[in-house]
Amino acid sequence: MKAYDVIIVGGGHNGLACAAYLARAGRKVLVLERRERVGGAAMSEEVFPGFRFSVFSYVVSLLRPEIIRELELARHGLHILPLESTLTPLANNDYLAQWSDHDRNRRELARHSPRDAEAYDEFGLLLHRMARAVKPLLSTAPPDPASLDPRELFDLLRLGRYFRGLPEKDLHALWKLLTMSAADYLDEWFESEALKGTKSASGIIGTLLGPRSPGTAYVLLHHYMGELDGVFRAWGFAKGGNGSVSAAIAAAAQAHGADIRTGAAVAKVLISGGRATGVVLENGDELRASVVVSGADPRRTFLGLVGEEHLPEDFVRSIRRYKFRGASGKVNLALGELPRFTCMPQDGPPHLLPHLRGAVSISPSVDYLERAYDDAKYGEISRRPYMDIVMPSMLDPSMAPPGKHVMSIFVQYAPYHLNGGWSDARREEFGNTVIDTLAQYAPNLKSAILHRQVITPADIERIVGLSEGNIFQGELTLQQMFFLRPAPAWSRYRTPIHGLYQCGSGTHPGGGVMGASGRNAALAILGRRA
Amino acid sequence: MLKTTPFHERTAALCASHAWRRWAGHIVASSYELSHEREYHVIRTAAALFDVSPLYKYLLRGRDAARLLDLVITRNVLKASVGQVLYTPWCDHAGKVIDDGTVARLDEQLFRMTAAEPNLRWLEDNAVGLDVDIADVSDSIAALSLQGPAAEAIVQSLGAPPLKYFRIAPATLRGIPVTVSRTGYTGDLGFEIWTDREHAIALWDALMDAGRAYGIMPAGMLALDVARIEAGLMLIDVDYVPARKALIDSQLSSPFELDLAWTVNLDKERFVGRQALVAEKERKAQWRFVGVELHYEGLERLYSELGLATRLPGAAWRTSVPIYVAGGQAGYATSGVWSPLLKKYIALAHVQARWAAPGTRLEMEVTVEHRRKWVVAYVARKPFFDPPRKRA
Repeated sequence: MKAYDVIIVGGGHNGLACAAYLARAGRKVLVLERRERVGGAAMSEEVFPGFRFSVFSYVVSLLRPEIIRELELARHGLHILPLESTLTPLANNDYLAQWSDHDRNRRELARHSPRDAEAYDEFGLLLHRMARAVKPLLSTAPPDPASLDPRELFDLLRLGRYFRGLPEKDLHALWKLLTMSAADYLDEWFESEALKGTKSASGIIGTLLGPRSPGTAYVLLHHYMGELDGVFRAWGFAKGGNGSVSAAIAAAAQAHGADIRTGAAVAKVLISGGRATGVVLENGDELRASVVVSGADPRRTFLGLVGEEHLPEDFVRSIRRYKFRGASGKVNLALGELPRFTCMPQDGPPHLLPHLRGAVSISPSVDYLERAYDDAKYGEISRRPYMDIVMPSMLDPSMAPPGKHVMSIFVQYAPYHLNGGWSDARREEFGNTVIDTLAQYAPNLKSAILHRQVITPADIERIVGLSEGNIFQGELTLQQMFFLRPAPAWSRYRTPIHGLYQCGSGTHPGGGVMGASGRNAALAILGRRA
Repeated sequence: MLKTTPFHERTAALCASHAWRRWAGHIVASSYELSHEREYHVIRTAAALFDVSPLYKYLLRGRDAARLLDLVITRNVLKASVGQVLYTPWCDHAGKVIDDGTVARLDEQLFRMTAAEPNLRWLEDNAVGLDVDIADVSDSIAALSLQGPAAEAIVQSLGAPPLKYFRIAPATLRGIPVTVSRTGYTGDLGFEIWTDREHAIALWDALMDAGRAYGIMPAGMLALDVARIEAGLMLIDVDYVPARKALIDSQLSSPFELDLAWTVNLDKERFVGRQALVAEKERKAQWRFVGVELHYEGLERLYSELGLATRLPGAAWRTSVPIYVAGGQAGYATSGVWSPLLKKYIALAHVQARWAAPGTRLEMEVTVEHRRKWVVAYVARKPFFDPPRKRA
């Protein structure tokens, strides 16, 4: 039997990226994936005949450009199509659209608020500078200011020097972004409710917090860090769905010699004398390697695969305290025709309907989102949820049969800790709430639906294995970010078990199909800096 | 006055950007939308419809039509079968490229030639003593190019026969008599559809209508320029100076210098420029036309030093840019673009033959915030993008 240097538990995009980098460096790598296909939550599936969906994660932006380059993902089949606009339908049959064309966008914003139209550019410029400022953080293992490890001190010094070099006003803005709520931060800039609502939505995604909760301004920035073709805040869609991201990384890993085994669920990490020595599969097979990397989230890794008996008590406590609190679900629709949003004139062929080539955001105001959160705060599905909708078939017609379409609806809030728990009936209720809400803006939606797939946080946990269905492998809140992700003193991809590493988005810099955790972990294992 | 194409009634109505470009005395859309971005991606994901009517087109008919073409172009026309299309350059007597285009054998004694520049006189002058009738059909034949993975499904849904790469056949699309060739300028799966001027609008409507379910979009020259660079396809007047326009010898290029050695058939007994090309093959071409990839991290560093995000050319540039090796000039790039698909900054360049091997480390000039800098670049294989579907 082939001997491996490294076994990676979990074939999500981070596990695959980690494998690709390690294999590229000459290590013999084996990826073990529980499911029959790789990708984890970044996967595409033909859920209904002829209709392909990005079942879970559904857009690309945060995927690090250096990963695309270094692993030659384009050569391995990744093609990112830009999402060009965001349409926010409003209750009074009006709408707010944000277009990629500057003049068009300014004219549209001015229709709502001439002041906002002017502020918009300045705001964009500031966030661009902020995204640039934090960019070096993304591809480094975050140093712990409390650490005495000379390596970490060196990194800390380097980082300190870097931040000292930033203009004072940028530092102040950064501090505000780290501490404020998205709503408060946006209030400093804008007056249009629709614009603030839609912008603040970026601050709540994947988190059981409302736009008025402190800390959400950072999540807003996190979603600004996406970079496509040198442009920040550019969102895209992978041709063939988000499974194409995983497939391309897997192909790169295999091209470098990594082996990938699907249908291979890992039951335990083998530990001997405080060292990881391999894994045991659920079928009882034992596989040995001197390095084991877990792409699973911190709870599954430490409380499941490792077992607390092998871990220091304070570490176990930190992991227990690490917050997941999945807050979002998905509804995927196969459509016989395009939805007609009553707020937008919609005659003519699809190429004349640019608003359907971008995102549609149900976020008419900050109040709307905050009320949606109010329901979730007390354990209920939002009666009027926030939704981020894309129609991939508008950009990649091969996702659906000719003339038909697929719609992906990201929905918040659907709390994992639902009063009374999730059941089939509650799932249907959730699906109905989503469809009813959206049909208010696009009345033909119900008759256009050929099939629907409803995914709750409980489903995400059950199918993909993300604890509590949190899409980021743990909330992106300040108390569990940077050098605290996932646990104090263990943020640099290492763990209290020698030879056991983590590479999932439960590590710095977090989720969003960035691949950064996988890459950073590989570099840490190789003892290299980014 | 600039001319409009037979499709102008339709293209003008769709041209929201009001951005037009000149092409052989005609105006054609640079982009229909406000940005060419989407039009580019449609080429690679669905199907993009281009108006390529401004191409010069000649119909050659007669017993000696094949002989005339065989005499003029560098490839072997006599061996071409009916239904075959040849991409080819043609040269002057000194073996320097005059133009490049396609020659389609529509029948035993009937050919259609496309060219970027007028070539009627050149063809006539070479036809002395030959039994061939040459007609300039540039204005009477309208042409559309449908490019992208869905192009085949669209033309076949209208009744086009299956076609292999670089084949042409007559067809009737929704009652419209056309010829369809599996050719294009994007390096993708695609077709060019040729019809008489009077059928132009009906043909446009038929394609747009049939393409609707497949995500068809009209696309302009800006998108085409990105695609053709990815495909490693050169453009006259941009990547090379045609022999008739060269003011000094150093502006001239032979097919060998343009990476077109594969089109030069020296086994043919006689064709214009043969002697010169035989001699050049002997002594080996001094220049090569290559693909170049800029080193991204190098470019990023230059911008980063100034506190700026990397600026990338989303639209193709068409200027001459110096290329260096070890401090001395080794050549020049003639077009370049950030490939949104490959996520690479690519360029087409002329370099001295000894620097032409793939992987050779070069440096290319870039202007970063008003300052001229050099960025490491590597010779890369062309085409940069070559999907199997193109030939499948």
